[in-house]
Amino acid sequence: MTFDDLHIGSILVSTVRNAPVLIFAGMAGLFAERSGVIDIGLEGKILASAFVSAAVAFTTQNPWYGVMAGVLVSMLLASLQAYIAITQKGNQLVAGIAINIAMSGLTFVVAQYIFQQGGRTPDLGSARLFDVVLPGSEAVENIPFIGWLYAHLIGGHSVLVYLAFGLVPLVHWVVYHSRFGLRLRACGENPHAADAAGVSVERQRYAAMLIAGFLCSFSGAYLAIVQSGFFLRDMSAGAGYLALTAMVFGNWRPLHTFLGCLMFGFFGAVQIQIEGVELPVVGRLPGALIQMVPYVLTVIVLAGLMAKSVAPKALGTPFVKSR
Amino acid sequence: MNKDLPRWATAFVMPVLNLLSAMLVTALVIHLLGESPTESLAILVNSAVVNPEGLSYTLFYASTFIFTGLAVSLAMEAGLFNIGAEGQMYFAGLGLTLAMLSFDSTLPAIVLIPVGMTGAALFGALWAFVPGYLQAKRGSHVVVTTIMFNYIAAALMNTVIVKLVPPGEQNPASRAFAAAAEMPRLNQWFPVLGETPLNISFFLAIIALVIYGVVMSRSAWGYKVRAAGLNKHAAHYAGIRISKMIIIVMLISGALAGLGSVNSIMGSTHYLSLNFVGGAGFIGIAIALMGRQHPVGIFLSAVLFGALTQGGFDLSLEKQNIPPEMVILVQGLIILFCGAMEYLYAPAIAKMLNLKK
Repeated sequence: MTFDDLHIGSILVSTVRNAPVLIFAGMAGLFAERSGVIDIGLEGKILASAFVSAAVAFTTQNPWYGVMAGVLVSMLLASLQAYIAITQKGNQLVAGIAINIAMSGLTFVVAQYIFQQGGRTPDLGSARLFDVVLPGSEAVENIPFIGWLYAHLIGGHSVLVYLAFGLVPLVHWVVYHSRFGLRLRACGENPHAADAAGVSVERQRYAAMLIAGFLCSFSGAYLAIVQSGFFLRDMSAGAGYLALTAMVFGNWRPLHTFLGCLMFGFFGAVQIQIEGVELPVVGRLPGALIQMVPYVLTVIVLAGLMAKSVAPKALGTPFVKSR
Repeated sequence: MNKDLPRWATAFVMPVLNLLSAMLVTALVIHLLGESPTESLAILVNSAVVNPEGLSYTLFYASTFIFTGLAVSLAMEAGLFNIGAEGQMYFAGLGLTLAMLSFDSTLPAIVLIPVGMTGAALFGALWAFVPGYLQAKRGSHVVVTTIMFNYIAAALMNTVIVKLVPPGEQNPASRAFAAAAEMPRLNQWFPVLGETPLNISFFLAIIALVIYGVVMSRSAWGYKVRAAGLNKHAAHYAGIRISKMIIIVMLISGALAGLGSVNSIMGSTHYLSLNFVGGAGFIGIAIALMGRQHPVGIFLSAVLFGALTQGGFDLSLEKQNIPPEMVILVQGLIILFCGAMEYLYAPAIAKMLNLKK
C-alpha cells in the first residue's frame, strides 16, 4: 500500500461508524456530570451492556431484545452508582473504578460459563442489526460523489447510528431549553441554590444517573451488535474514558462534546487506514504505535484543555442538605 | 458520618464487615455458576494457606502486591487516585530488563540486584511523572491520565518486547538473565517451601512497609503529604507547595509500583515477557482501599490477594466454571464495598452502640 491508497472517503465513512460508541457514552456522561456526579464508570457500563446485549441477541436471535437487556443492565449499574454517590455520599471515582474492574471480571466469567469460548460470545450472524438502505440509493449509486454521499456516508448505517446523531440536538435541547435541564445544571453548579428553590437535588441526580445508564447502554449494544457482531473480553478498550475526554474537550456542552466524539472517531478511522501504509518521511508505522494514538491524544487534549474548560462547580461533591 | 464511632469500630469492624459483604456477593456468583461456595472456599484455603508450597506462592504474590498496594496508598494519602500502578510496573519491567541486559554478565549479584531495582524504580517513576506533572501544572485529572498511560504502556511494550526477542526465538520475551540476577530464594534456607519462587523480595516488601509506616506517621514530610490529601487549600495556606508535592508523591508512587516488577521478574521468570504484570497494579487499588492505607492493613490485604491469586489458580483447575479471572471480580467488589461504600454499616453500628449522632 502507498500513501495514495488512503481514501478520504472510507475514512469519513468509518468516522461515522466509530463515533456512535463515543456519542452515546459522551451524552450519558454529560447528564451525570452536569448533575454533579462524576461518571468514570462509563467504561464498565459499556462493557456490561455490550456483553449482555450480545448474549441475549445471540440466544434469542433478535438484536432488539439484546438492546433492551443491555439497557436494563446498564441502568442497574447506574442506579448502584447513584446510590453510592447520592445516598451513601461515597467516593464517586472509587465507585466508578470498582464498577469498571468488577465488570471486566464478571463479563469474562459469565461469558466463559455460558459460551465456553474464552470469554467471547459466538458470532451473532443474522442477529446483528441490519444496515438501513435509504430509498433511492440504487438510483443515485452511479452518480459520482452524490451517489457515494447519499448511499454510503449518509445512508447504509444501522438505526443506532442515526439514533446517536439525532440524540445530540435532543440532548442540547433538554439541557439548555427544558425545565429539567435547567434544574439539572443548577444541581451541578450550585445544589444549595437549587435546593433553596425547591428542587430535590437527590431526585434530580438520581434521574440524571438513570438517563446516563440508559444512554450508555446503547454504546455497548452498538459496539457488540453493530460494530463487531460478537462480544470480546474487555472490548470497550477505553471507549468510556475517551468519551469522558471528549466531554472535557467539549466543555460539558452537548454540541462541543459531539465534535470531540467525531474527532476521536476520525482518528480511530485514520488509525485503521494507516496500518501498513508507507507514509512519506516516517515510513511504515508499527501497528502497536498506531494503537496508542487515541490514548496519547486523550492525554494531550486533557493537558491542553483542562485548564481552560470549566467543569460543573459541584462535580464530585456529595450534596448535604443544610439545616 | 462516622465521627462518633469508636476507633475499633471504624478501623476493624467496618472493614471486616465490608470484606465479608464482598465475599458474600462472590459466593452468590459462584452459587449461580452452579458451584458450591463452601467447597470452593475449602479448596482455596487448602491450596493457598494450609499447604506449605501454596502458602509460599501466596507470599510470593503478596510481595508484588505489597509494592503496588503501597504505590496506590501513598498517592491516596496525598489525595491522588493513582490507577496507573499497572502501567508503571509494566514500564518498570523494561527499565529493570535494560539494566540486566547491559550488566548481568559483568556485575556480581550483590551489585546487580540493586542496579536492577534502581532501573525498575526509575522507569516506574518516569511513567508516573507525566501524569503527576500534568495534574500539578495543567490540572488534567490524574485518574484519566494514569489510565491512559496504562493503555499506552501496553501498546508500547508490545512494540519494545518484540525488539528484545533473541534471534531464533518465537516467544515474545527477552533473553533470560544470568544467574547472578536471580533474587535469592527462601527455599535454600527453608526446604519445606519446595520449588517455589518466594524470595528475598518478601523481606524488601516488609522493609518498604515499615519505612512507609514510619514516614507517614512519624515524619514531617508524611504529615505534609497527609495534610495535602485531607485539604489541599488548608495545606497550601500552611505553606505546603501542592504542585511540588503532587509531582514528588507521584514519582515515589511510580517507583514503588516499579519495584513490584523486581519480584515478578528477578524473583521468578528471570526474563521480561508480555503482560507479566497480570493485573497486579489494579489489585494494588483494592489493597490500598481495603487496608485503609495503613501498613498493617496493606500487608493483610496483600496476603489475602496473594491467597486469592494462588488459590484461584488451583480452584480453576478443579472447578471449570470458576476461571482465574474471578479474582478480577473480587477486586472490583472489594473496591466497591471497602472503598466506595465504606460507611455502609456505620449507621447500623452506631445504632447498636446506642450512639446518638
